[in-house]
Order: sequence, then structure tokens, then C-alpha cells
Amino acid sequence: MFDFLNKYASLMHFYRLSRRLSQWLAPLTAVLMCAGVVGGLWFAPTDYQQGDSFRIIYIHVPSAWMSLFVYMSMAGAAVSILVWRVKVAEIALRCSAPLGASFTFLALVTGSIWGKPMWGTWWVWDARLTSELILLFLYLGIMALQNAIEDRRVAARAAAVLTLIGVVNIPIIHYSVEWWSTLHQGPTVSKFDRPSIHLHMLIPLLLMSVGFTTFYISALMVRMRTEILRYDRKTNWVREIVTTHHGSPSSV
Amino acid sequence: MSEFLAMGGYAIYVWSSYAIAVVVLGLNAILPVRTERREIAELQRAINARTKHDTPS
Amino acid sequence: MSPQALVCAVLRREFRRTARNQSEAGHPLIFFVLAVMLFPFALGPDTALLSVVAPGVIWVAALLAASFSVEGLFRSDFADGSLELMALSGAPLALVGLAKALAHWLVAGVPVLLLTLPLAVGLGLDPGVLAILMASLALGSGCMSLLGTSISALTVGLRGSGMLVALLILPLYIPLLIFGASATANAALGLSAAAELYFLAGLLVLALTLTPWATATALRIRLS
Repeated sequence: MFDFLNKYASLMHFYRLSRRLSQWLAPLTAVLMCAGVVGGLWFAPTDYQQGDSFRIIYIHVPSAWMSLFVYMSMAGAAVSILVWRVKVAEIALRCSAPLGASFTFLALVTGSIWGKPMWGTWWVWDARLTSELILLFLYLGIMALQNAIEDRRVAARAAAVLTLIGVVNIPIIHYSVEWWSTLHQGPTVSKFDRPSIHLHMLIPLLLMSVGFTTFYISALMVRMRTEILRYDRKTNWVREIVTTHHGSPSSV
Repeated sequence: MSEFLAMGGYAIYVWSSYAIAVVVLGLNAILPVRTERREIAELQRAINARTKHDTPS
Repeated sequence: MSPQALVCAVLRREFRRTARNQSEAGHPLIFFVLAVMLFPFALGPDTALLSVVAPGVIWVAALLAASFSVEGLFRSDFADGSLELMALSGAPLALVGLAKALAHWLVAGVPVLLLTLPLAVGLGLDPGVLAILMASLALGSGCMSLLGTSISALTVGLRGSGMLVALLILPLYIPLLIFGASATANAALGLSAAAELYFLAGLLVLALTLTPWATATALRIRLS
């Protein structure tokens, strides 16, 4: 098991693995998302309470789920960086942050848009939305810190510490924001609570959730490959890859 | 069909959400690929420059 | 060197540094007072309204002042190489971090606490509410110093680190703000603020336990 992990901790092997992975992961993502969107927009029956506006759920919920999933992945990478100094983890951390921020942004925007027909205002200081907003700033901070440090390896390791500080804070923030929102008599029924959900509504949601996850991994692979080439730019294997490379990369 | 597009009166909300998702995910899909190509091109140029330097004609 | 001796040495060093740059140490405090002072101009002199917003305003100003005052904690040590010496000397960096946080609290946190008194009176706060405000700030300011020390260690010597520290630290300060402000809001309504104060105390203990490790790791990373 550790030999397997050790092998892919090497940048060269990871690069090759990521190329092979991307070849089937990208089409899979497309299929899952198309199925999810078609299922969500067409096959899912109209909601009794919210009409067709509930269909935003198929974007909002997977985005919100990914915004946390990516952060947890980054936290895992952070531990690898600080304990074992794994280079691949450094690159994964750096490349995941903008993706996580994108998902968080998407969750916030779709949450806000969904709120307008339901609650009449473009923004409500709902506990979950507010926590997402704070999460966005945690992501931006991680990106800002890495941009401020020139040495990419030191930057990744500093970002790892910041990520772990953030991960300890996330439950604290979540709980304190919930405390805060009930205190000031926020809306007691969260529209994002799903009552027992119809199967035809649930399946597209699952498809989109898995699709978003494979999207994250695909997009991450592309970013990581670029970064790996930068890290190892002086090595022979990179030289070989670059010189035998004609036209477009083998896959997204 | 027009009933589908109207989304029960919530058309602007639903479609704008999906449109923004397409933009955000699309950018995240396309921009890194372009960066990868640019990076490879730059590395190619650097290698060519070095070989030209190392092997004087 | 025994732990107590190390802490005392760091404290003495910080006090000497502050004494040399008295003006620089005073800036965040002046900023604190100024920031609070802006609100009567923004909202009007009516003390009824001011006393309602005062706890929140004072808390926010305290957080901002802390995020600015914490930035220079390691700067001069980093610049003249003494930070590297400290790391190489084998002294436990976590303890150094803890001592620095304590020094910051004494030099920047306690003065803010003291300045809150006249400010709160000026904004028309009741003595009962004021007491809870001071209690919440006393607990919160400890957290502010501890967290601030870690973030300052992460960003030491970077260009633009002043604003960067603020950006990184303010989201982390939000739970403190929530509990501090709601403690005083409860007090203003005559309700018990015990729960919020317990939470603040809990966060302080958590910060005491975890941030020294984060500071030490951050210093080692930045020094490598």
C-alpha cells in the first residue's frame, strides 16, 4: 500500500497517472452532468411548494457540498505536506484553492438567486449562506498568502498551516454563525432543508453531486499537471514530455 | 417547449443560475487547459533556446 | 533555559522593543479610538441609538486594531536575524510564540481594554452592560493576540503583509465577534450573558492550546 502511495508521490508518476485518469474522467463528468441537468430540469416533477424554482437545487447543493469537500481535501493535503513533505500534496493544495473558491462563489450566487423568489430579497443572513460567505474568504486568504510568497514550496507549506488553522475554525465558525442567526431571529424554516424527497428529484441531485466531484478532480488534474511541469522543469522527464509534445495535450 | 423555458414563472432565476454555473465551470475547465498549453510552449521555447546555445551552428 | 526564564526573556525583549518604538505601539490604539469615534459622526449624536450599536462598534474596532497591531510582532526579529538564532538555539519555538502573544496582549490588548472605558461612557453604555463588554473583550483580546501571533508568523517579512494579516485574520475573528457582541446584547436586554462568556473562555483555552504549535510551525516554514 505504501509502495503504491510512494510511487505516486513522485511527480513524474503522478503526471502520468493524471494523464490516464483525465482521459476517462472528463467524458464521465460530461455524461454525469448532462444526465443530472436533463433529469433536474426535465424529469424531476415540479415542487409542490416552490414551483420550478427549486430546480436551482441541482446547482446550489452540489456546489455547496463541493466547497466543503475541496476544503477537507486541502486539509488532508496540508497534513501530508507538514508531516511528510509530499510534493504532490503541495501542488494539490495550491491548485485546489481556486476550485474551492469557485464552488463557494457558485453556491453563494445560486443561493442568493434562489432566495429572491422564495424570500423576496437578494440576500438573507441565513446561517448556512453566511458560513459559506466566510468560507469564501478563507479560500481567498489561502490564495492570497500563496501569491505573496515567492518560493512556491514555502508558499504551499505556509498555506498548509493556514488551511489547518481554517479547518479547526470551520466548525467553530459554523456553530457561532448558527448561534448568531437564531439569536437575531432569522427565518426559522431554512428553505434549504429538504423534506422527504421524491426519488425523481433525488436522482438528478446525486448525479450532479458525483458529476461535480469528478469535475473537481478533472479540473484539478489539469492544473496540477501544469504546476508539476513548473516544479520539475529542469528534469529530463519533463524535457522529454515537452519535446515529444505536438499540438494539443492528449486530453483535458 | 415554451412552458419548459418559462419554468413556471421562475425562468429568470432558474436559467440565470444555470447560466452562471456554465460560466464558472466552463472557465474552470477551459482556462487551465490554455495555461497548460502555454506552459508547455514556454518550456519548448526554453529548451530550443538552450540547445541552440549549446550547439553553435 | 527554563520555560519561565524563556518567557521572561521574550517579554523583556518585547517591552524593550516597544519602549524604543513607543509611537509605533501607540498607532493601533489611536486607530481604535478614531474608528469608534467615526460612528457618532455617521449615525448622529443621539445616545439612545449609539448605546445600542456601541458594543458592536467597539468590538469591531478592537478586532481591526488587533489585526493591525499584530503585524509587526516578528518583523524586527526577522529582519535582524534574531528569529533564526532563536530557531537554531533549540529553544522551543512554541513557547516563544506563546510569550510573544502574551507580550502583544499586554502591550496592545490591555490598553484597548482600558480605552474601552471612556469610549463606552461616551457612547452612553450602562455600567452593567459595560461590565459584560469588558469581560467579553478581556477574554476575546486574549484570543485575538494568540491567533494574531500565528498569522503574523505566517506572513512575516512579506510585502504588503499589513493588509494581508488583516485579510487572513478577520474571518477567523468572526466567532469572537459573534459571542462578544451577543454577550453585551443580552446584557443590554437584562438577560444572562453567561453562555457567550463561557464560549469565549472556551475559545481562549483552545487558542492557548493550539496556536503556539501553529506559530512555531509557521516560523519554521518561513525561516527555511
